[in-house]
Amino acid sequence: MSQPGIPASSGAPTGLQAQNGAASASGSPYTNGPVQNALMSSQVSVSQGYNSQLPGSYPHLIPAKTLNPVSEQSNYGGSQSVSPLSNYQGPGQTLYRPPVASNPMTSSIRSGPVPQMPLPTSQNPAATPMPSGSFLPGTNLPPPLNWQYNYPSQTNHCPRASSQPTMSGNTNLTGHQYVSSGDTSLQNNFMKSGVPSNTNNGSMVVHNSYDEIEGGGFLATPQLTNKNPTMSRSVGYSYPSLPPGYQNTPPPSTTGMPLSSLNYPSGPQAFTQTPLGANHLTASMSGLSLHPEGLRVINLLQERNMLPSTPLKPPVPNLHEDIQKLNCNPELFRCTLTSIPQTQALLNKAKLPLGLLLHPFKDLVQLPVVTSSTIVRCRSCRTYINPFVSFLDQRRWKCNLCYRVNDVPEEFMYNPLTRVYGEPHRRPEVQNATIEFMAPSEYMLRPPQPPVYLFVFDVSHNAVETGYLNSVCQSLLDNLDLLPGNTRTKIGFITFDSTIHFYSLQEGLSQPQMLIVSDIEDVFIPMPENLLVNLNESKELVQDLLKSLPQMFTKTLETQSALGPALQAAFKLMSPTGGRMSVFQTQLPTLGVGALKPREEPNQRSSAKDIHLTPSTDFYKKLALDCSGQQVAVDLFLLSGQYSDLASLGCISRYSAGSVYYYPSYHHQHNPVQVQKLHKELQRYLTRKIGFEAVMRIRCTKGLSIHTFHGNFFVRSTDLLSLPNVNPDAGYAVQMSVEESLTDTQLVSFQSALLYTSSKGERRIRVHTLCLPVVSTLNEVFLGADVQAISGLLANMAVDRSVTASLSDARDALVNAVIDSLSAYRSSVLSNQQPGLMVPFSLRLFPLFVLALLKQKSFQTGTNARLDERIFAMCQVKNQPLVYLMLTTHPSLYRVDSLSDEGAININDRTIPQPPILQLSVEKLSRDGAFLMDAGSVLMLWVGKNCGQNFLSQVLGVQNYALIPQTMTDLPELDTPESARTIAFISWLREQRPFYPVLYVIRDESPMKANFLQYMVEDRTESALSYYEFLLHIQQQVNK
Amino acid sequence: METVVFVFSLLDCCALIFLSVYFIITLSDLECDYINARSCCSKLNKWVIPEVVGHTIITVLMLISLHWFIFLLNLPVATWNIYRLIMVPSGNMGVFDPTEIHNRGQLKSHMKEAMIKLGFHLLCFFMYLYSPGLDLPVAEAREPLSKTPYTTDPHFEDGGTLVTCERDSEMAK
Repeated sequence: MSQPGIPASSGAPTGLQAQNGAASASGSPYTNGPVQNALMSSQVSVSQGYNSQLPGSYPHLIPAKTLNPVSEQSNYGGSQSVSPLSNYQGPGQTLYRPPVASNPMTSSIRSGPVPQMPLPTSQNPAATPMPSGSFLPGTNLPPPLNWQYNYPSQTNHCPRASSQPTMSGNTNLTGHQYVSSGDTSLQNNFMKSGVPSNTNNGSMVVHNSYDEIEGGGFLATPQLTNKNPTMSRSVGYSYPSLPPGYQNTPPPSTTGMPLSSLNYPSGPQAFTQTPLGANHLTASMSGLSLHPEGLRVINLLQERNMLPSTPLKPPVPNLHEDIQKLNCNPELFRCTLTSIPQTQALLNKAKLPLGLLLHPFKDLVQLPVVTSSTIVRCRSCRTYINPFVSFLDQRRWKCNLCYRVNDVPEEFMYNPLTRVYGEPHRRPEVQNATIEFMAPSEYMLRPPQPPVYLFVFDVSHNAVETGYLNSVCQSLLDNLDLLPGNTRTKIGFITFDSTIHFYSLQEGLSQPQMLIVSDIEDVFIPMPENLLVNLNESKELVQDLLKSLPQMFTKTLETQSALGPALQAAFKLMSPTGGRMSVFQTQLPTLGVGALKPREEPNQRSSAKDIHLTPSTDFYKKLALDCSGQQVAVDLFLLSGQYSDLASLGCISRYSAGSVYYYPSYHHQHNPVQVQKLHKELQRYLTRKIGFEAVMRIRCTKGLSIHTFHGNFFVRSTDLLSLPNVNPDAGYAVQMSVEESLTDTQLVSFQSALLYTSSKGERRIRVHTLCLPVVSTLNEVFLGADVQAISGLLANMAVDRSVTASLSDARDALVNAVIDSLSAYRSSVLSNQQPGLMVPFSLRLFPLFVLALLKQKSFQTGTNARLDERIFAMCQVKNQPLVYLMLTTHPSLYRVDSLSDEGAININDRTIPQPPILQLSVEKLSRDGAFLMDAGSVLMLWVGKNCGQNFLSQVLGVQNYALIPQTMTDLPELDTPESARTIAFISWLREQRPFYPVLYVIRDESPMKANFLQYMVEDRTESALSYYEFLLHIQQQVNK
Repeated sequence: METVVFVFSLLDCCALIFLSVYFIITLSDLECDYINARSCCSKLNKWVIPEVVGHTIITVLMLISLHWFIFLLNLPVATWNIYRLIMVPSGNMGVFDPTEIHNRGQLKSHMKEAMIKLGFHLLCFFMYLYSPGLDLPVAEAREPLSKTPYTTDPHFEDGGTLVTCERDSEMAK
C-alpha cells in the first residue's frame, strides 16, 4: 500500500497537502479506500495532535479548500465526527471506555454556527487548552505500513491507555496501540477515543443543527411506531433518535463494538468493503468456524428432532462483519439464497429458487428520515446511495448496482449528524440500509393527494341479515378520529343493492341526503361534489350517517346485488383524487356488469381437479387496472355464507394493490367469533399507516434480473410496481435469474425503493438495501440457503401454478422442488454416497415445510375446504409477509399448562414466558397438558382430558374439565400467576402481528378439534402422508 | 384464378409481416419501458384477431386451391394462432394480459413467437412471390433490371467524383 509514511511529527499544513495529493493519486479504486482512510486519520492526528497549539496554521486550510477541499475538511471529520448514537445492542464487547475529560471541549466546538464547514479556527482555541483532547485524535494514528492485518486483534487495553491525558503518553500510546491492534480493533480504538466526545456532541448536534441546516426532520420522530416489542428489539440500528438522556450516560458496556464499528471516526464504512476482497476468505472461514453445525450434513431419516425450540432465525449472510452489520433487516428484505450463485448454470444445478421476499412498508420503531434538497442517486441506474457503495475517494462513489462512478454532490459532503464537512461516507444514507427520504418536488407528478376514504356497503337483504353494518359503522365511529390523515382528509359513502345510493354530506345540511341511482347499466354520479367531503368539516354529518345507516335498510327485501355498477360508480367518484375504497360484500354479485354465476360444485371440493381457481370474467381485473391508473386501491371485505366467487372478486383488490379480508359465515348472532375478528381487524385496518399513490422499484446488481412478481399490485413496466395504496401488512416476493455471470464481483446488492405519499401529504421514499455475497460452488449455495424464504417463495410459485395449470400440478411441483434440490445436493456435493436422506444443515427443515405447504389450506386435497376459503388462503400466501405465511403454514405449538418464568423475556415490565416450540405431531400432545397452537390468524388452546386441576381453575377459571364451555374464545383474567403468565404470553403473540388471531379453547369433543389436528402436519391423515412417509418417499426419489 | 390466389396471398402475407413487425416493435417498447403494460397489451390485443383471420384465410385459400404443400406449411401456425386465442383463461384480458406479461418470462416468449412468425411470413412471402402459380411479370421484369448495373461503371463514377473534388480544392485556393 502506498503509505506515504507520515512522520509523526511532521509539520502540519504543508505535510497535509502533500499527503492529500498522494492520497487522491494513489491506488486503484479498490485499494484506494483504506489507504485514503489511513491517510485521513493520520492527517487528523497530525493536524490536531501536533498543531493544535498553532492557531495560525489553520487559516491555511480554508483557502486550501478550493484546492483540495474535501480532504481538508475531512480532517476535522476525522476526529470529531463520530456520530452520536446507535443504540445498537451488539455483542457487548466491553470496552472500558472511561468518559474522557476532553468532551466538553469538542462539544463546544460543535455548537459552532457554520453549517457547511465547521470553522477550523474555532476549533483551535478549543483544542489548545486541552491537551488531552488534542491528543485523542492522535491515537488514531494508524501504523504507517502494515496496519491492516498484521497483528492479532486484541482489543481492550489500549483504549484504556489512550485515555491517559498526557502529551508525552501520546506517542507511546500510538505506538502501543498500533502494535497491539489489528484491523477492526484499530477502528475500535478510533472509536474509543472519539466516542466520549461524541456522545456529548450528539446531543448538541441532534438538537441544534440538523433542522436549521437541512430543513428539519432528520431526527424526525420514529415514524408511526409500532408497539410491537419484538420489532423494536430487532430494529436496533437506526441511530438518529436517541433519547437525550442517553448522551449523558454513555453506558460503557452495552454500546461496545457495534457502536464503534458503525461510527468509527475515519474508517468510513465504505472502506470496509475494500478489505473484503482480501478478507473474504478469512471472513468466510471464521464465519464457518463459528457455526460448525452449519456445515453438518444431516440424515433426516435418523435425526428426528430437527425443529428448533425457539423460532427459526434467518441465516446470516456470509459477509464481512462490518458489512453485515449494516445490512438490511431480514424481516424487511430477505433472499432465498444468502449466497448468490455466480452463474445461472450453478443456480440451475442447485435447483433452488432464487428470489426476494419483501416487507417494505413494515411498521418500524426507528427509521432514519432524511430531508435533503438533493437525493444522491446513481446517474445511470438511479440507485439510491446506500451503505454498500464504495467511495473511490472523497469526491466519487461507485454504484454497487451498475458500477458507474458518480460524483458526490457538494451538499453530500457535509454530514449533518456530526456537522462535519468532508465525510460523505458517514452520512446517514451511507450508514443505514433502511432509510426514508423526504422527496422533493421532482418526485411528484401532481401535488400530493389528500387521504381519501370511500366506503362501499352492500345493503341487500342478505347483507342486512348478517348484521355486519352495525359493527362496521360502530368501528368506523370509534375510529373516525384515528383515520390516518390531516385536515385534507376526505370521506364518502356509497351503499348498493340493486340500485346505488349516494350520500350527500354537504356542510350545512341538517342531515345526510340520500341520492338513489337506479340506472345501473350506465352509472353516473348524481352530483359532482359533496359526495366525498372533508372529514373535519362535515364530521357531524358523517357521524349522523354512520349512526343511522344500520337502521335504514332493516326492512329491505331487495336480494339482488349490483356490485359491478357500484364499483364503477365508486371508481368514478374517486378517480380525480385517488385513495382507498373499502368494499363490503356479502354475496355473489347478480346484477349489471360483473355479475357472476355460482360455479362451485360442493361434491367436488375435495378433489384437486376441476376447481375454479381462475376468475370467470375479466371485468374486475380491468376495473382494478383502471383503479390502479387513477391511484385508487380497493380493499375487499367478503362476509359471505355462500360461495361468492372470490377468485373473480379478488382480482379487484389484487391488481389495485388492495387487500382481501374474508369472514366466512359472518353473522352478528350466530358467529360471535367472526364478529370479534372483524371488529379487531377493522380497528387495525382503519388506523394503520397508509401510503397513497405509491410505486415501488426493485433494482438489483447488473447481471441479475427479476422475472416474476408475487403480491398485490400491477407491474407497470419491467421493474416498476404500481401500488395505489401501500399498507404495512403487505408482503411481496419476486423471482430472479442470473442473466450474466457474476464472476467478476464478490457482492451483489438489491435495493427496493418505495415512493409514496404519506397520510400527512408528504412525498417520501423508503429505501431498503440488501447486500449478499456471490459464491462459486454448489456447496456454498446450499450452505447459504434460507429455508423459510425458499418455502415462502415456493408457496407463491405454487399458487401461480395452481391458477395457470392445476392444483395437482402445483402439488407435484412442490414435491419435486424438494426432490430435485436434495438430489442435486446428493449428487454434486456429497462425495461419498451414504444411505439415508442426506441434507445440508440449512435445508434440514425443507421437507417439513414443503409437507406443511401441501397440507396448507391452499394446496390441501381430500378435505372439504370451501373453494372461497381455499382461494382466500391463496390470496394470503401472495399478500402476507413471510413471517405470517410461515406461521400459517407451519404453526408453532407450545405447552402452556406449566409455563414458568425460566428463560422469559421482559418487555415493558411484563414478563413473558417463552415455552419451547414443539413438533407438530400428536405424539407431542398429552392428555394431562394444555397446548397452545399459534397458527398465525388463529390461536388454538387444546386442553387435554386429564389436564391438571391447577390449570383449569387457575387459568381457565372452571372447576372441572366438563365445565369448559363449548365455545370459549377468551381467557378470564384471574388473579393468579398462572393466568397472568398465560395471558401475557398470548397477548405477546397477538401483538406481534397486525391482524387479530382469535383464541379458541378446544376440548376433546369440540368441533374445532378437527381443525386443531389438521395442523398436525407431521402426522398422517387419510389423504396425506406423514412426515416420515414423506421423507421415505423423497429418499426413494432422490436415491433413484 | 391461380394468379388471383397468389396475389391475394402475397398481399395478405405482406400485411402479416407488417403485423409481426408491429408486434415486435411494441413488445420491445414495453421491454424498454417506453410504454406501460396496459397500453401495450391493449394495442396488441386489438390485432390478435385480425392476425388470426388473415392467416386462416391464406390457409383455407391454399386448401381450396389445392396447394397441398403450402397448406401444410401454414397449417401448424394457423392452428397455433387459433389455439392460443381459444386457450386464453376466462379472467384474462386477451392473449396479451397486462398483469401477466411481466411474469414468468412471458414477454420474452411473446417476443420469440413474434420473431418466429416474422421469419415464417417472410419465407411464405418469397414462396408466393416465386411460386409457379404466379407467373407474374416478376421474372420478366427482372431482366431489363438486371442490365442496369452495367450501364454505368461504378469505377468510372468514383474517378469522376475524385476529379471534382480536386477541382473544388483548386477553386478554394
